[in-house]
Amino acid sequence: MSGPAIDILGLTKDYPLGFWRKRMRRSLDNLILQIEEGEVFGFLGPNGAGKTTTLKLLMGLIFPTAGTARIRGRSIEDIRMHSDIGYMPEQPYFYDYLTASELLDYYARFFGYGPAERRDRVAKTLGRVGLADAAELQLRKFSKGMLQRVGIAQAILHDPEVVFLDEPMSGLDPVGRHEVRDIILELKKQGRTIFFSTHILSDAEMLCDRVGVLHMGKLFGVGAPDEIVSIEVRGMEVLFEARDGRTLPANLPGCATKIGARYRIEVHEEELYAALEQLRGYNARILSVSPVRPTLEDYFLQLVTGKGASGVPEVNRQ
Amino acid sequence: MNITSGAVAINAFREAVRDRVLYNLVVFALVMIGAAILVGQISIGIERLVIINLGLSAISIFGLVMAIFIGVGLVYKEMEKRTLYSLLSKPIHRWEFLVGKYAGLLLTLTVNTFLMSVGLAAALFYVGRPFLRSDLSVVVAVYFILLELALVTAFALFFSCFSSPMLSTLFTLGIYVTGVFAKDIRDFGKLTHVPVLEVGTRVLYYVLPNYHNFNVIAAAAHGDSIPLSLIWQNTLYALAYVGLILAGASAVFSRRNLK
Repeated sequence: MSGPAIDILGLTKDYPLGFWRKRMRRSLDNLILQIEEGEVFGFLGPNGAGKTTTLKLLMGLIFPTAGTARIRGRSIEDIRMHSDIGYMPEQPYFYDYLTASELLDYYARFFGYGPAERRDRVAKTLGRVGLADAAELQLRKFSKGMLQRVGIAQAILHDPEVVFLDEPMSGLDPVGRHEVRDIILELKKQGRTIFFSTHILSDAEMLCDRVGVLHMGKLFGVGAPDEIVSIEVRGMEVLFEARDGRTLPANLPGCATKIGARYRIEVHEEELYAALEQLRGYNARILSVSPVRPTLEDYFLQLVTGKGASGVPEVNRQ
Repeated sequence: MNITSGAVAINAFREAVRDRVLYNLVVFALVMIGAAILVGQISIGIERLVIINLGLSAISIFGLVMAIFIGVGLVYKEMEKRTLYSLLSKPIHRWEFLVGKYAGLLLTLTVNTFLMSVGLAAALFYVGRPFLRSDLSVVVAVYFILLELALVTAFALFFSCFSSPMLSTLFTLGIYVTGVFAKDIRDFGKLTHVPVLEVGTRVLYYVLPNYHNFNVIAAAAHGDSIPLSLIWQNTLYALAYVGLILAGASAVFSRRNLK
């Protein structure tokens, strides 16, 4: 297949408001985005930014006001497109009268697998998401984390080329998040394209080749996480310890913060050597010197607290 | 119906069974046992009439309640609980989902009706009456009840695609009641001698499902034979009407934005 795995061409979605449904609220505004084969793409944004709307449009659950999209060369209106993709909705909910294996067997039928292959795939997939022991348990007895894993299992049951995950880490404990991260990394290793929405920025920083930041229905920036956050270098951080319980000199640049037995100062890059000289004279033990870069979280916060339109640098805005 | 719709239908049937929908059979069984014992004691010579009347009416009412109350939630529940999200991300057309849900409920109603019919036969057997050839009309009456339920279910599913269960229940029930009295409404229009009313009631008569034609309970109870032409007519009528309503439901649901 040539061309991007996901090609979003000006998707726009308006929702009618009020009793007469004459007023419109724009939930997604002319989204243009391309995601390449084998890429892990993180779709970031606060609640109500339009992330879920985008995913629902791509899945054909809602219909666009304008624009369209192609997945692996096929229009989102083409039912055959669904054979190539897997989708996990946000806070997935399933038929709770079924067991995990019955549910997956039900979904497997839509891909035309015979009974033996269905059995094999169901067992293998449940094993992959760590639910082999709960295969015969009714879903109404599952915890939120377990349901999340069932959500992932049904999305990857048929080995899709493109996997869409809507907030896959939300509501999971650290162990659960780690497991989901591992599954995403494994899918990446297999060359799958992964498109996931999240507001857990550390996960996006850790997993994504590229991220896109959506706010109020508009795409603000697309790029590698480093690319987005390295636009502005805030300064240098020095961690040190005072010897023999000596008090700190008053004229140290930056504001020193005590963390246990250690101190931390943050200085401008050009003030670094002067600060180090001062600390040497003071006989401090330098523990580390590292650049302070804004995290994706800083970028995100800056965007949503109102400085977005002017104050936030836009990377490769499309 | 294709394999995809078949999978949805089997799941809908499984849902009904696991949600203990068929427990209504216990109530039906109690009604039939009570009736059989009571009728055996107080009526002489008309046990057959009373048991068949009561049994068929109970089959019809139990079926109607199930068709409406489960039918109106068929699509709405899936949208509300968002179980549709995962399902529709699979290679399945929306119309296949609808046909599957419809077939699943119809299968549930068929199994339910069959088991209730067995109960009716047992009650007739209890009052000490041999089975006669004229009992075939009871079988036809049961078949007509099923056709009626197929129509009611189609309407319930149709409304379920765009309105809440409460409104869908009102609409389905409203259409059922007016459908039962469709012939009377047309006759009433004729009596008024007002052209607008005459035309209006005639249009209603042809547009609304004519449920009256499906009711042969009295004839079956009296052992009257039911003409073959009526069986054909009702079968084709129900098939055509159900097809039309399901096509309408598909048209509505195919363009529906899910919440």
